[in-house]
Amino acid sequence: MTSANTGTEMGSFASRFNLQQYVVYLGFLAIFLFFAFMLRDSGFLTVRNLSNIVLQTAPVTIMAIGLVFVMSAGEIDLSIGSIVAVSALAAAVTIASYGMAAGIVAGLGAGILIGLINGALVAYVRLPSFLVTLATMGLFAGVSRSMTDLRSISVTNEAFTGFFGSGSLLGVPSLIWWTVIAITIGHLVYRETRFGAHVLATGDNARAASVSGISVPKIRLAVLTISGGLAGLAGLLYAGRLQAAKYTLGETDLMTVIAAVIVGGTLLNGGKGSIVGALVGSLMMGMLNNGLILMGLSVSDQMIVRGLIILTAVAVSLRDKSR
Amino acid sequence: MNPSAPILQLQDIRKHFGGLTAIENFSLEVFPGEIVALVGDNGAGKSTLVKIISGVHPPSSGTITIEGKPVTMSNATMGRAHGIEVVYQDLALADQQTVYMNMFLGREPLNRIGLLDRRRMIAETEKLVKELDVRIPSAHATIRDLSGGQRQGVAIARATHWASKLILLDEPTAALGVAETARVETIVQSLKQRNVGILIISHSLDQVFKLSDRICVLRRGKQIGVRETRKTDKNEIIAMITGLQQQ
Repeated sequence: MTSANTGTEMGSFASRFNLQQYVVYLGFLAIFLFFAFMLRDSGFLTVRNLSNIVLQTAPVTIMAIGLVFVMSAGEIDLSIGSIVAVSALAAAVTIASYGMAAGIVAGLGAGILIGLINGALVAYVRLPSFLVTLATMGLFAGVSRSMTDLRSISVTNEAFTGFFGSGSLLGVPSLIWWTVIAITIGHLVYRETRFGAHVLATGDNARAASVSGISVPKIRLAVLTISGGLAGLAGLLYAGRLQAAKYTLGETDLMTVIAAVIVGGTLLNGGKGSIVGALVGSLMMGMLNNGLILMGLSVSDQMIVRGLIILTAVAVSLRDKSR
Repeated sequence: MNPSAPILQLQDIRKHFGGLTAIENFSLEVFPGEIVALVGDNGAGKSTLVKIISGVHPPSSGTITIEGKPVTMSNATMGRAHGIEVVYQDLALADQQTVYMNMFLGREPLNRIGLLDRRRMIAETEKLVKELDVRIPSAHATIRDLSGGQRQGVAIARATHWASKLILLDEPTAALGVAETARVETIVQSLKQRNVGILIISHSLDQVFKLSDRICVLRRGKQIGVRETRKTDKNEIIAMITGLQQQ
């Protein structure tokens, strides 16, 4: 009887494993092949276009890493789009007067500070992260608008724009370096450190984590601070690539980031996730964007298709959780 | 270590919550290799006692002595530091993590470069699971793919791995079926050889009589008495629990 039980358990384990682990890669491959075939004469497959996709998705990928930590701990961060704008503007304004280093500190510092505020309210005042970050999303969208009276601030510091945007090292564009470095560190921290294990345990069963000696409030504070800091970095990347900062930066990224993370196999309710999956999810969303534009779809049609993809991803994610 | 010295000694433990007396004048000794059962009706104060012994709630007065040394504890981490582990009835396991990650939850070993030492966690989990005969597919299995009995087996294995002095089992089979209960009882029985003290809370008198060496009865926060299991019977214990017949 024991062996029969084990057999069926292993069976369901195997099917769940396949679905969860490979759905993002299969989806990525399917969309890639679809566009490669449909757009074979429109330049989709050129090196220039493909590398453009990677460059354009770099900020979303960086934000997605933060959100994997947040969602794995059972929380959510809706404020990342607003943090991007505040950080980019803070950096742009500071660079103009005090130079590159001060600009980086201001940009990252703004992101980390907002993340700390989110985290403290969630961890110590015990407010739900959904409501806290919904509020700070609106609050800091307002702050970014009032910071410069809706004006765009140009970034002319070449060292900065090279480091965060158009530059390259060893022939590899800096945005790809940022992506590779962030993914590598994120993956290591998530999978191979005590902190990563405690984040997963907190999202999985906060009480079990707590009675096991894990400080659940500290974990909640940490993940939201990490998310704020990475959104700040994404703001610097936008400012570097576009050589300007404006309150509209990051405005539409939240949905894309959430979609990338969920498609990448991170569960909405916490306890399970993947950094590499989020990277592939992010590239998939970028590719989708790019392909739909090349196919000549209108902005509204693109939004509809993206929405449908997200719905499918959420359905798969929740179905798995309920089993 | 003197085998006849108690591993845990509670003396005149009292616990008030505001004006409410939860526990009054509770004294008990648990010896290494001994299973003591704590029985009593709902609200008798068993859960409060578990929390006091595990360090979650400090007692209002009285002393807790572990291996002859008086200790003060104000949270579960301090309890664990004194070698006391609790197996909760609602399984404090992280469902979507592997068996080995749960075994080391909150106390993960690190390798030389400061990363999780998975190899060590897996090896130690497999060794312990084999010793205790907890029948799970592998140390890599995810908790939610296990049956209730297997999960409780993992929870007991975890407590056993970390407890150097005392294991508290709070209704370990309350959520289990008949066959699974029998498995878990066998595992609990085997813990006696490990020379730690075992305190088990159970509603099942059959289980209490099957497993324990001594039985301690609580009623409305009062300690009614302690009996040696082989010198008493169910009728006496039931009378003590319900108070229908004063001893």
